[in-house]
Amino acid sequence: MRGFVRRLRRLPVSLLLGGLLTALVVGAALLSLAWTPFPAEQVRVVARLRPPGPVHWLGTDHFGRDVLSMILVGARNSLAVGAAAVALGALLGVPLGLAASAWGRWGDEAVARLGDLLFAFPAVLTAILLTAALGAGAVNVVLALGLFNAAVFARVARGAALAVWRRDFVRAALALGRGPLSVTLVHVLPNIAGVVIVQGTVLFAVAVLNEAALSYLGLGIQPPSPSWGKMLGDAQTFLFTSPLQAIFPGAAIAVTVLGLNLLGDGLRDALDPRHRSAGLL
Amino acid sequence: MLAFLVRRLLTLALTAWLATLVVFAVLEAIPGDPALVMLGTSAQPEAVAALRAQMGLDRPWPVRYAGWVGGMLHGDFGTSLTYARPVAGLVADRLAITLPLAGLALILSAGIAIPLGLFAAGRQGRAGDWAVMAFGQMGIAVPGFWFAILLILLFSVRLGWFSAGGFPGWEAGAGPALKALLLPAVALALPEAAILARITRTAALDTLREEYVRTAVAKGLPRRVVLRRHVLPNALIPVATILGLQFSFLVAGAVVVENVFTLPGLGRLLYQAIGQHDLIVVQSVVVLLAVTVVTVNALVDIACAAIDPRPRVTA
Amino acid sequence: MPNRQRRAALAITMGAVLGLAGALAAGPVLAQAALRTDLVVGMRLEPPHLDPTAGAAAAIDEVTYANLFEPLTRIDAEGKVVPGLAEKWEVSADGLTYTFHLRKGAKFHDGTDADSADVKFSLDRARGAESVNAQKGYFAAIAGVEAPDARTVVVTLSRPDGLFLFHMASGDAAIVAPESAGANKQTPVGTGPFKFERWVAGDRVVLVRNPDYDGPKPALERVTFRFISDPAAQVAALKAGDIDSFPQFDTYEALPQFRDDGAFTVMVGTTEGETILGTNNARKPFDDVRVRRALAHAIDRKTLIDGVLFGNGAAIGSHFPPHRAGYVDLTGLYPYDPDKAKALLAEAGLPDGFATTLRLPPPIYARRSGELIAAMLAEVGVRVTVEPMEWAPWLEKVFKGKDYDLTLIAHTEPLDIDIYGRPDYYFNYQSERFNAVGAELDRTQDSAKRNALYGEQQRILAEDAVNGFLFMLPSATVQKSAVQGMWVNRPIQANDVTGVRWK
Repeated sequence: MRGFVRRLRRLPVSLLLGGLLTALVVGAALLSLAWTPFPAEQVRVVARLRPPGPVHWLGTDHFGRDVLSMILVGARNSLAVGAAAVALGALLGVPLGLAASAWGRWGDEAVARLGDLLFAFPAVLTAILLTAALGAGAVNVVLALGLFNAAVFARVARGAALAVWRRDFVRAALALGRGPLSVTLVHVLPNIAGVVIVQGTVLFAVAVLNEAALSYLGLGIQPPSPSWGKMLGDAQTFLFTSPLQAIFPGAAIAVTVLGLNLLGDGLRDALDPRHRSAGLL
Repeated sequence: MLAFLVRRLLTLALTAWLATLVVFAVLEAIPGDPALVMLGTSAQPEAVAALRAQMGLDRPWPVRYAGWVGGMLHGDFGTSLTYARPVAGLVADRLAITLPLAGLALILSAGIAIPLGLFAAGRQGRAGDWAVMAFGQMGIAVPGFWFAILLILLFSVRLGWFSAGGFPGWEAGAGPALKALLLPAVALALPEAAILARITRTAALDTLREEYVRTAVAKGLPRRVVLRRHVLPNALIPVATILGLQFSFLVAGAVVVENVFTLPGLGRLLYQAIGQHDLIVVQSVVVLLAVTVVTVNALVDIACAAIDPRPRVTA
Repeated sequence: MPNRQRRAALAITMGAVLGLAGALAAGPVLAQAALRTDLVVGMRLEPPHLDPTAGAAAAIDEVTYANLFEPLTRIDAEGKVVPGLAEKWEVSADGLTYTFHLRKGAKFHDGTDADSADVKFSLDRARGAESVNAQKGYFAAIAGVEAPDARTVVVTLSRPDGLFLFHMASGDAAIVAPESAGANKQTPVGTGPFKFERWVAGDRVVLVRNPDYDGPKPALERVTFRFISDPAAQVAALKAGDIDSFPQFDTYEALPQFRDDGAFTVMVGTTEGETILGTNNARKPFDDVRVRRALAHAIDRKTLIDGVLFGNGAAIGSHFPPHRAGYVDLTGLYPYDPDKAKALLAEAGLPDGFATTLRLPPPIYARRSGELIAAMLAEVGVRVTVEPMEWAPWLEKVFKGKDYDLTLIAHTEPLDIDIYGRPDYYFNYQSERFNAVGAELDRTQDSAKRNALYGEQQRILAEDAVNGFLFMLPSATVQKSAVQGMWVNRPIQANDVTGVRWK
């Protein structure tokens, strides 16, 4: 027991705290699959805008829906969109970055320019434009955020892979006549996995934030499925009558993002103790 | 150096041109007819057609694209389809709000973050450091628009010190105008300040490890003096770089924050123009933003290259 | 709260001082001088421009109608046609010739005379080939416009048009001058009692009293229209006293707190906005009247009105406003009955319900109603995917392209039941019975007979359950108690402030 505690204490605090908060949100999302106090989409106009109390722990919204249930299901939606956006980004971006690092100048240049182009538009702006073109909805938000994530993943994977390509064991493998594809898969990919995972955690947090912003503007997850961002958007019109409505969903977003960011920082510190958390950038 | 400069400028031009293509293509794909939006549900088809012709929308897309890009090169951004005003004037009006807002946010975030970062670095590992780091994490995690709503809740709804949104205009005097910008600027500044505080702390810690700083400390100079005289100037270089890069975050943040506070700024103009399908405004504003971001990035790159000749390869 | 107390205390002190001063001055002169002559009107949306003859946006009329521009005739607060730029008119017995007599001394704000040539120019411009008038159809019956003298205009029609005077009273028929018409979008020049002063883009439009107006002068010297789209900001601006009157106030949830506050008056009146669940009658399964009736039974209008309008709105059973003559109450035809709805669906071969899409335009009443209706339809097995849209794609896809299953929108034009007879309208509804009644309406001048025909049309629409007929949009106005003369009802979309004064 003492050994376990000591080992635990040696882990970065951010990893522990981040893991705890993330587990909390994931737990809420999983719980919502099995149980919510009320059906999250159940409308009861007569019971609208109730303050928190014994029946509705966090109160009800303007249609009389139970806020706690909506927040629980919202966790599921939020995490699903975030995870999908990160997965899409990694699936597109990592191979692109690896290819760029292997292809040399022209491939490199092309990926760099593509990145420049995508980064020229702030992510939220890209998403607003894309949802305007494709229509609002969760799938298109995933697409828009995934595209942005792909550019980040490509850049990070390329940078990390370039460093691996210069390492002795890779050169040795190349000298032994291994093809670039097999070297990439066997040697490069495993060595950049840590960096990619850390980046993925951070991008996950960014995706959750951006999804909330888009849903707040009405472009993200659509009713009747609850979403934290939309709950905030709705709550804003009731600021004068029931201000608490605006507190809970925002806190849920903050906890999720905080947890994921801490987790990312902690992972980075755990994977590379020399590296100090240097912030999001 | 010259070759690098030329190459950087060329890629800048290429990126800008690609941006115009992408924006134009995306906007072409958005369903909707600006003339129909203007004339509404009772409009007769021939009236809509007449308005389309008046707006120049009946021309094929290559002609419109060429006209748009060509006009921009001459400084003519076209005429807004809804407001029937030159886009340049429209944008200038809105910049009179967004630029001061962004500037105020930048000053606020630097004013908060740099002292905090230095303070934390000077107390590495102790309670003060922890507090600053916690602030950094919270600042990044709290969604800007939620923070904005909370500010309204506290300062407008509860205390009644500020109005919940809107802008009196500069002709109402600098006082009321700045007052209307203060809450939005705080909301915009928070995430930037959080990031900046962490960067400042890291940069300061790196500098603290440098030989000459250690010497200064060994000579017995007070910590405050060391921090101010030696650490701060060196830490400012990466901080300034980040400040430059944060421009694009500020712009993105402004779109949302201006919506929360209903400020008639550039972000709100853009958002409304997308809704009203005012293609000319959207195109020009988006490209203007993109070109500014790319230019700022290039300038930062060039500045870095000028200071330090190593990272010639663009990252 | 101490703040409010202090303000109240200040107000009492001020009142006492004024009362004392008034007593000393021994007359109403001073008291009258203390009355305000400016007004700040709140509006949700900013107009894109200020030319009512070249755009459909209601916000254009809400600033300019009756205040800045005058049509030949005008709609008053009760919805009646009254003199506008024309002080009187005659209609020939066959209903084909209208002779308008213009006001003597009417002038445009730039000082030029407003005469028959301007009227001829305005009408010809609105119906011409180059016209970009949003209501070009209003002018379709005009065969010719003559100006026999400077004060007389003779309009001949190619067919009788029972609504001609009504249509000539719309903002789209505003009289403009050839010299200034081109610039009206930015610097409008009309003949009304107020003239344009300035437009701070994104924030407000300011009108000032026109000293040269030939008619009765308004009490107000200066009117500011401020644009505040955010509901919370609207409430805050009213509470802070920044806004004197907010007509078309659609943050209904905030009405109770203003009703409880003695400093404010809340008026809830009617509009012409029939809010419907637009249904694509040509698309399966909505081509089956049983399915449409099932939807009608599945929607609980009372809950809808409670949830969306916080109780402020009248239910409708067809496409006609209850406050108009000729209205027939058909709200009892399809009472809320989910079991009946399910039975009807089963009868139509859809025992397990079906999946469908509901495309919603931006207004908040549409978004909220859509959310509630999706939940109600789910109860009877209809799985609704909600798809919010901006105006541009909504107009393009739903309205023009007829590419939709269900949509939700308020039809705000007055007396617009005729849209169900248009061959190409987005409901895809065809009824020879309805059209036959419509043709008879066109031939009928007698108002009692017309009302009976309108009743018949309403019944046909309700029986066919063409659309889900939901409710009338209310017109709520929140204002300071001392403001008098704002319209209670909105027979047309306008903020006529010519009769507004402070008491």
